[in-house]
Amino acid sequence: MFTYTVRRLLLAIPTLLFISLIIFLLLDLAPGDPTAQLPLTIPPEVREKIRESLGLGQPVYVRYLLWLKQFLVAEPLHVFDTMFGTGFADGMQRVISWQTRSPVADIIAQRMPQTLWVVGLSYVIGTLIALPIGIISAYRQYSWFDQIGALVSMIGYSVPTFFTGVLLIVVFAVNLGWFPSIYDTTHVVDSWDAFVFQVRQMAMPVFVLALYNAAQISRFMRASMLDNLAQDYVRTARAKGMSEKVVVLLHVLRNSMIPVVTVIALGVPTIFGGAIITEQVFKVNGLGQLLITAIYANDIPMVQTLTFIFAVLIVLFNLIADVLYGMLDPRIRYD
Amino acid sequence: MRFRTALLGAVALTALTGAASAERGSDGQVNIIYWQAPSILNPFLSGGTKEVESASLVIEPLVRFDETGEMVPWLAESIPTVENGGVAEDLTKITWTLKEGVLWSDGTPLTAEDAVFTWEYCTHPEGGCAQSSYFDGVSSVVAVDDRTIEVNFAAPKPFPYTAFVGSESPIIQKAQFADCLGAKAPECTEANFAPIGTGPFVVTDFRPNDVVQFAANENFREAGKPAFATVLFKGGGDATAAARSVMETGEFDYAWNLQIDPNVLSSMEAKGLGKVVTAFATSVERIHVNQTDPNPSLGAERATLAHPHPFLTDPTIGQALSMAIDRSLIADVGYGAGGQPTCNVLPAPAAYASTANDGCLVQDIEGAKKLLDDAGWVPGPDGVRVKDGVRLSLTYQTSTNAVRQDTQALVKQWWSEIGVETELRNIDASVFFGGDPGSPDTFQKFYADVEMYTNNFAGVDPEAYMANWRCSEIPSPETQWQGSNMQRFCSEEYDALVDKMSQTANLEERGALAKQMNDMLMQSYSIIPLIHRGNPSAHAVTLEGVRMNDWDSEIWNIKDWSRAK
Amino acid sequence: MTEPTAAAPLSDPANRPPRNQWWDVLDQFRTHRGALIGAIVFIVMVATVLLGPWVWSIDPTYIDIRARNQGPTFAHPLGTDQLGRDMLARMMAGGKVSIAVGFTAMLLSLFLGTLIGLLAGYFKNLDGPLMRFTDLFLALPLLPLLLVMVMLFREALSARFGPETGVFILIVVAIGITSWMQTARIVRGDVLALKEREFVLAARSIGTPSRRMILRHILPNVMSPVMVSATLGIANAIITESALSFLGLGFPPDFPTWGRLLFDAVDYLQQYPSRVIWPGLAISLTVLSVNYMGDGLRDALDPRIRGR
Repeated sequence: MFTYTVRRLLLAIPTLLFISLIIFLLLDLAPGDPTAQLPLTIPPEVREKIRESLGLGQPVYVRYLLWLKQFLVAEPLHVFDTMFGTGFADGMQRVISWQTRSPVADIIAQRMPQTLWVVGLSYVIGTLIALPIGIISAYRQYSWFDQIGALVSMIGYSVPTFFTGVLLIVVFAVNLGWFPSIYDTTHVVDSWDAFVFQVRQMAMPVFVLALYNAAQISRFMRASMLDNLAQDYVRTARAKGMSEKVVVLLHVLRNSMIPVVTVIALGVPTIFGGAIITEQVFKVNGLGQLLITAIYANDIPMVQTLTFIFAVLIVLFNLIADVLYGMLDPRIRYD
Repeated sequence: MRFRTALLGAVALTALTGAASAERGSDGQVNIIYWQAPSILNPFLSGGTKEVESASLVIEPLVRFDETGEMVPWLAESIPTVENGGVAEDLTKITWTLKEGVLWSDGTPLTAEDAVFTWEYCTHPEGGCAQSSYFDGVSSVVAVDDRTIEVNFAAPKPFPYTAFVGSESPIIQKAQFADCLGAKAPECTEANFAPIGTGPFVVTDFRPNDVVQFAANENFREAGKPAFATVLFKGGGDATAAARSVMETGEFDYAWNLQIDPNVLSSMEAKGLGKVVTAFATSVERIHVNQTDPNPSLGAERATLAHPHPFLTDPTIGQALSMAIDRSLIADVGYGAGGQPTCNVLPAPAAYASTANDGCLVQDIEGAKKLLDDAGWVPGPDGVRVKDGVRLSLTYQTSTNAVRQDTQALVKQWWSEIGVETELRNIDASVFFGGDPGSPDTFQKFYADVEMYTNNFAGVDPEAYMANWRCSEIPSPETQWQGSNMQRFCSEEYDALVDKMSQTANLEERGALAKQMNDMLMQSYSIIPLIHRGNPSAHAVTLEGVRMNDWDSEIWNIKDWSRAK
Repeated sequence: MTEPTAAAPLSDPANRPPRNQWWDVLDQFRTHRGALIGAIVFIVMVATVLLGPWVWSIDPTYIDIRARNQGPTFAHPLGTDQLGRDMLARMMAGGKVSIAVGFTAMLLSLFLGTLIGLLAGYFKNLDGPLMRFTDLFLALPLLPLLLVMVMLFREALSARFGPETGVFILIVVAIGITSWMQTARIVRGDVLALKEREFVLAARSIGTPSRRMILRHILPNVMSPVMVSATLGIANAIITESALSFLGLGFPPDFPTWGRLLFDAVDYLQQYPSRVIWPGLAISLTVLSVNYMGDGLRDALDPRIRGR
């Protein structure tokens, strides 16, 4: 398994370079223009000048190599410099956003806290409630618990967050006044009251997202548990006199985890991607909002950098999932 | 929150030294929401409205426009004119005098050198300055002395109030931006995120595309102003949510650009927490009627002058299309108080607005039918009119926007009543308004028969705007589809009027010329104007002093805002 | 087979003609109460959407501006929208598109995902390339990808299949090829574990060819996650369709779909809540009925459960 992991990690480098190239070409091909959002009163000649100043006059491969150099050399050196106070990156151009004309990495760092708080927490909560729901629903198939679980999770998944979010705002922010409708990203948690406020402003977006995540994961958990509960080894284990708890939580659960691990591993990178719609509904302004505004503004360096980091996480977590398969089921071998 | 209130208290206390009636910073914090957040505070590097308006709290021009479109001296002492000698007789020079004793927020004095530097900064060939058109025709800017700025024009400039006039052409500090000329402009992140200004507020924290925090400028030239100690300028969400936060939850004091269903807006307003205010300038929602043939079978010559449109070049058809539209109903359904029916592409200022076309204000389906009947277009078996094998069938494109889609649906129905078939298309705004020559869906390429959007002009002078419809402005493959004459209107007579206007100084004559051009466009029916659009915003009832303005930044007078006691 | 004679009573299992296993599947499906209710609800919805317009003949795009924003009346049982268009007619017209798009796109995505997952899981030397390909698709930003697809293919498809079918194909393909990756990863994970099981080993030892191995032994055992993906996929497809129409990739703007009706109605949540409820309910009901049908189908296909 160790050699497999090392081999996959090495293979990830060319894979990621290839993915970054494809993303760049896709963004270049996509229709759009960084000056599209400017007022129409700005004349075409000025727009052309703006495009040139952004480096759009260069051929696509030059722009790609430039981005690669900035992202793989200048950015890491800059991080090194700020950590150790050295000056290797002096005079090196970092990846600069077209909208803000400032380093992309700084803005991403600025957006991380709210995204991790809201999207990350909701993923953790979603997973934590989904697993027991899935297990109980499968163990007591067609019980009232299972039926209600199915109903809630299907509604949670099929009713889009642009609706549930607004509904919550109308009920809890407008009518009841319990929670703020606008997330304050400048809020600093430095006291108990500040913490309470933070919990209040996170409550609604976390609820919406956790419901959505839990719906999905619990369905996979349930289906996979059902498959395994009917297997022969379960009967054997019971016949051997093992307690029901051991049978279900040790044997069946372990063997049922493969699809669930896959889904969770696919879900973790999306935390970094942020939740575009939920962030917009609750004005969280995290990474999802950053990505969508960058796409609309055709801010290619920003979109490219965000998507590439996303790609790195996807490759990494899919590798983690593959390694976990081997641990959950030692019969799985890759070499 | 707590922390911030404490800070506010401190700021308010320090300000408790001046007169008791109006102290700087005595009214705490004002919360403003722009549902599109500013991404930079240097309006020269991004010409977006959100950037220009957020920066207008900090950096200022010589002159602003008030809510009636009149010029108000801001950093300048007075408005130079030919009469008072400020503008040269031959119209090639304008001389401005700065107010006395104006300080930058860092305490240094504002001088004419700063204006000269601003001109250099924005006209640098590698800078990509978004506002460089304000310096069109400017040959030099000279600092005569510390307070006197001389702007020279290469040719006589009948309307010299462009450079340093209005929120899009403010003055930046030379000391701060000296190392940021040309290609280095984007490297000055700190300066671009927190420009030093002469305005009522200074930037304390800027998070791109998220939130800006401002504090009162201690060196502001007017005693006791601004009344607010801090400003929270939040972005994100959408227009409905912004309206809700002001008028339903009361979390914010001011919300910008609320183009949503007027029904929804008024029912929010009815809660009594906030008020909708609308300002009108020159925005007109209009339908452009393609004079060239967008048929895909024409390949590369599609929608170019080589192939005139099979029927839309005939003004009779355009007239019938225009007559079939009930503009008041569109205003009613989609705009409410934020829109008025109009028959002109140039609806304001009053001196330029024509009244010759007002007949279009009343819908006349029967008249439209008769017009088409008389022209020989007869309804076919499916109700669509035909003449010589040509069917009156149109594709109608616009950008994605709830109000526009409702308008499209209404217009489609009226046109079907007069026997014109319409296929609707909506395109994402970032593609539609993007100039990407590779995309078939841009408004410049106009691969459709009619298209609808809003345009306007900055400031109060329509000269450049009317020049949009010269023959030479027609987008074509040769110009990489750049150009502003979307409907491909071309008339030598019109071009001659444009030239004449650029040489006429007398305001009355200019007005007459502009009206004549407007009428010519209207009677060619290559543009069908629909709605003179206002800009609706909302403010909390406790917020006083808002003078909603669409000629300048709408928060132009934030220095005068205060909290009702 | 000869005709059954009276001498050989059918009640004797030995004499019963060999019965197609699909009959057993159907029998089992019918005894599953949830599945039955799900199927009935689904059929009723499809029938309403398809046959409804024959009975309720108001044009869904017809604007009656004097009747705008009405509540339920005799003339408009579900009320009217902000332009006075009949909501019932719009719901039926929208349902036709949403169900068609949702189902086809879900099937396409399921087919792609299952195929790639099976191949990657079963054939060791395909695993690497196919999974890296999956990683690529997972990483591609959705919006620019869709915009590129519209730019490249819309006019070509419209010219080839006519505007409506062209747009339909484009939407289904766009949703299908951007949503198969999760299914592929899940199926592959399951296959990796399955192919080490004893029954696969046994089948292989008697020389079962790969094609039969996959179709007869592996595929039935990964059906349950596939069914869950199907349920989630149909909800996803219906919502994605509405997002596409905002990009200008979908049907013309006056063409209603459930996702779009729901999105448009959110602004009117406080004034006219019924306008949100109807499309929301329709989408949820569709997804729920598919969920229960999937449950029933999974149980019916599982020989261990069948006959229990």
